[in-house]
Amino acid sequence: MTKDKIIIVKDMVKKFGDFVANDHLNFDVYRGEIFGFLGANGAGKTTAMKILTGLSKPSSGEISVAGYDVYKSGDTIKRNIGYMSQKFSLYEDLSIAENIRLYGGIYGLSRKEIKKRSAKLLAQLGIEDMANKLVGALPLGWKQKIAFSVAIVHDPAIVFLDEPTSGVDPITRRQFWDLIYDAAQRGITVFVTTHYMDEAEYCDRVAILVDGKMIALDSPQNLKEKYQLSNMNEVFVKLARGHRSFDKEQ
Amino acid sequence: MSEIRIENISKSYGKVQAVKNVSFSVKSGELFGLIGPDGAGKSSLIRMITTLLLSDSGTIHMGQYDVVKDYKILRRFIGYMPGKFSLYQDLTVKENLEFFATVFGSSIEENYELIKDIYQQIEPFKNRRAGNLSGGMKQKLALSCTLIHKPEFLILDEPTTGVDAVSRVEFWDMLDRLKSKGITILASTPYMDEANRCDRIALMQKGEIMGTDKPSKISGMIQHDMFAVSADDMYKLKTFLSQCQEVDEVNLFGQEIHIALKSESNETIILEKLKAQNFYNLKFRQIEAEIEDVFIHLMTKQAKEGQND
Repeated sequence: MTKDKIIIVKDMVKKFGDFVANDHLNFDVYRGEIFGFLGANGAGKTTAMKILTGLSKPSSGEISVAGYDVYKSGDTIKRNIGYMSQKFSLYEDLSIAENIRLYGGIYGLSRKEIKKRSAKLLAQLGIEDMANKLVGALPLGWKQKIAFSVAIVHDPAIVFLDEPTSGVDPITRRQFWDLIYDAAQRGITVFVTTHYMDEAEYCDRVAILVDGKMIALDSPQNLKEKYQLSNMNEVFVKLARGHRSFDKEQ
Repeated sequence: MSEIRIENISKSYGKVQAVKNVSFSVKSGELFGLIGPDGAGKSSLIRMITTLLLSDSGTIHMGQYDVVKDYKILRRFIGYMPGKFSLYQDLTVKENLEFFATVFGSSIEENYELIKDIYQQIEPFKNRRAGNLSGGMKQKLALSCTLIHKPEFLILDEPTTGVDAVSRVEFWDMLDRLKSKGITILASTPYMDEANRCDRIALMQKGEIMGTDKPSKISGMIQHDMFAVSADDMYKLKTFLSQCQEVDEVNLFGQEIHIALKSESNETIILEKLKAQNFYNLKFRQIEAEIEDVFIHLMTKQAKEGQND
């Protein structure tokens, strides 16, 4: 991991009417890093992620992703990143091969390149014989693994993962993290949200959001030492509970 | 007597066998956890328990009642909270609660005592539409609506899925308090760590119950010696351990790697091998299996047995 900054966020604010969803966020993400983005429901994670993926514009602040400005180059950003969410990732009524071809096309790969990478992807997951199966017929764990591989089929600078392992069985959840590690080793920056706090331990650094503000940003090790707690779950509960006032002030 | 007895229940959808010959009981006044990932068959089972789905074979009794024959009477005694947010989004908090009370021929006042703890937290927003509530508040309202007819059985389908770690703790605290009022509770969850909040649990995967016991007894389901290992370079450590012949299972657990040693092996051999690799900050200690260790172990066993069929 180098100290080369791939995401730069300065004073990012996003308001919806009077409501401040992102309140002056400041952070950098380094190339090849696994960056965990944690927060309670409604803390502003999705809002920030939409801005960083070029889907929404901030109210103010200076933000650059993969070297591009989010105000001017939203579309360029989209071509340089991968995105995967729990809710929507692959088309259920297309086969695995068709999904790869579709996404390869969307990410602007040539036919030849798609063919080459498609074969490689199927081989890596060991599912060559399943290529023509409909995605809808696959178990959730497989869908998630394929969705991740598809999200990085174009070798993006950064891949954004929005709760990729929710509801997935414990074996598949770990296999999924193996894929994340592999991607990071290849230099792809991983930006990931999760509700599983053991997964927070696998990140190089984690940011914790509470009520739109970033209240912590450090390596899991440093956070545990700082608060004298034995794991990230305790750190999260302490910070999120200590700061938040939601349900009361709304 | 408010126990739940599930005997030899099976359910298929076409070729897919969602629930395979499942049997277990939930004791009266118990807080019971049904633990398994998406697609394990938890929701199908819960829908059969709550009289909403007919099984292909087997029987379920709730106290003295049969879920098929006595479904009409039984529904008065069951409070069911489905996985998806099930309230009327365009009714207010109070209107939702009144609606559910009326459906059961009751009123908010009649059973207020039971929901008081939970409802008081959302009462300041009683005139707000349910659709505009935060996740945590929606959940509290849904639970209040589920309880408003004073059920004897509370059946919750993944009440904490997608909910953050703090709200999850609070939700289980609420269930604890309801248990103390004598309600029999069955809750399903994909989060293994929630097992410790239950009196007893059943581990479910691929339509089968792989084991049922108290959370404290579950670790006994693994016969191997378990160790937790960590070092600075976890990726390298994990790769190395996966290649060791002495090791049966290697799994990441947060900041540590859990390994199960093969029965013919012992820790001295593996420890020396690790030391020879010069890992920085190598830590090695014996542990008791956690719930996820057990789940992974049983899943692997199930998969192996499936191959032999």
